[in-house]
Amino acid sequence: MTVHNLYIFDRNGTCLHYSEWNRKKQAGISKDEEFKLMYGMLFSIRSFVSKMSPLDMKDGFVSFQTSRYKLHYYETPTGIKIIMNTDLGVPNCRDILHQIYSTLYVEYIVKNPLCVLGDTLQSELFNSRLDSFVRALPFFSARAA
Amino acid sequence: MAIFSVYVVNKAGGLIYQYDNHVPRTEVEKTFSFPLDLVLKIHDEKLVVSFGQRDGIRVGHAVLSINGVDVNGKYTAEGKEILEYLKDPANYPVSIKFGRARLSSNEKLMLASMFHSLFAIGSQLSPEVGSSGIEMLETDAFKLHCFQTLTGIKFIVLADPRQSGIDGLLRKIYEIYSDFALKNPFYSLEMPIRCELFDQNLKSALEIAEKAGTFGPGS
Repeated sequence: MTVHNLYIFDRNGTCLHYSEWNRKKQAGISKDEEFKLMYGMLFSIRSFVSKMSPLDMKDGFVSFQTSRYKLHYYETPTGIKIIMNTDLGVPNCRDILHQIYSTLYVEYIVKNPLCVLGDTLQSELFNSRLDSFVRALPFFSARAA
Repeated sequence: MAIFSVYVVNKAGGLIYQYDNHVPRTEVEKTFSFPLDLVLKIHDEKLVVSFGQRDGIRVGHAVLSINGVDVNGKYTAEGKEILEYLKDPANYPVSIKFGRARLSSNEKLMLASMFHSLFAIGSQLSPEVGSSGIEMLETDAFKLHCFQTLTGIKFIVLADPRQSGIDGLLRKIYEIYSDFALKNPFYSLEMPIRCELFDQNLKSALEIAEKAGTFGPGS
């Protein structure tokens, strides 16, 4: 059980943060293009889900899975999107992503007077805390299963 | 626990079959007096609520009928513009029904093709080698399951999140497709499926799946 990578986007589609732990295959395109493709895919999935849904939705799109990985999605009302790719054994991650937002993003970025909203996150403290948080997750194992 | 609908998409991404089994449509009808405290706007040829959520009427709900008569997009059944009609205090009190708009066939075609592309992007952005496309997409209101055959046909089922046995159902729909569509000499590949036996067998398979049965060999 493992976490492959994590993206954080803001409401305009700028990728604020990206880190990877166990990624085995690169997308074959440059990082900038990959971020744009990921954001575009999620934007389309959200619009697709809101049209297809037979009932009114509270949380919207939560996750999707393929034969090899599972993508977990969490969006705040301000448009901050946190995406985590894990392997298939991981159950619903919404609370964990919410925790990443509230205990890491809000504490180390929003409350930081030197961090300009809308720029990629430069805070070393944020990066190291995020890394140790993810490594401490119960389903993270450094050697991919 | 229910299965909402089934879509079949060909390898070019076009929708070739669609069936709505049981779609719960929440509808709220209320009587209003002048002035209307909901803000309505025109979106995609329909009149939707943009502000003023109350009493079960949510943002995004469309106007379905006025005074019991179904509306036609942004016009009433007689052809008057609804927004103009609602601005006139002489027409009040008026009874308006709001609800989630039903998807038109064009919209379904467009959504199926959209999913076809999203399926492919899901495979391209994979952090693991050899990933398939999106096989299961989860939201809080429904779960979408997709099975892609070796020939590129996708069978998509929208169901309640707690419904189990959808994998077996997808394989069963593939079996029904190969028995009643592919073996039909009048059916051309990749074209819309218009075979009665396919419809009948699909309906009975959905009933069996909803009752949480499994499909035995030869059933």
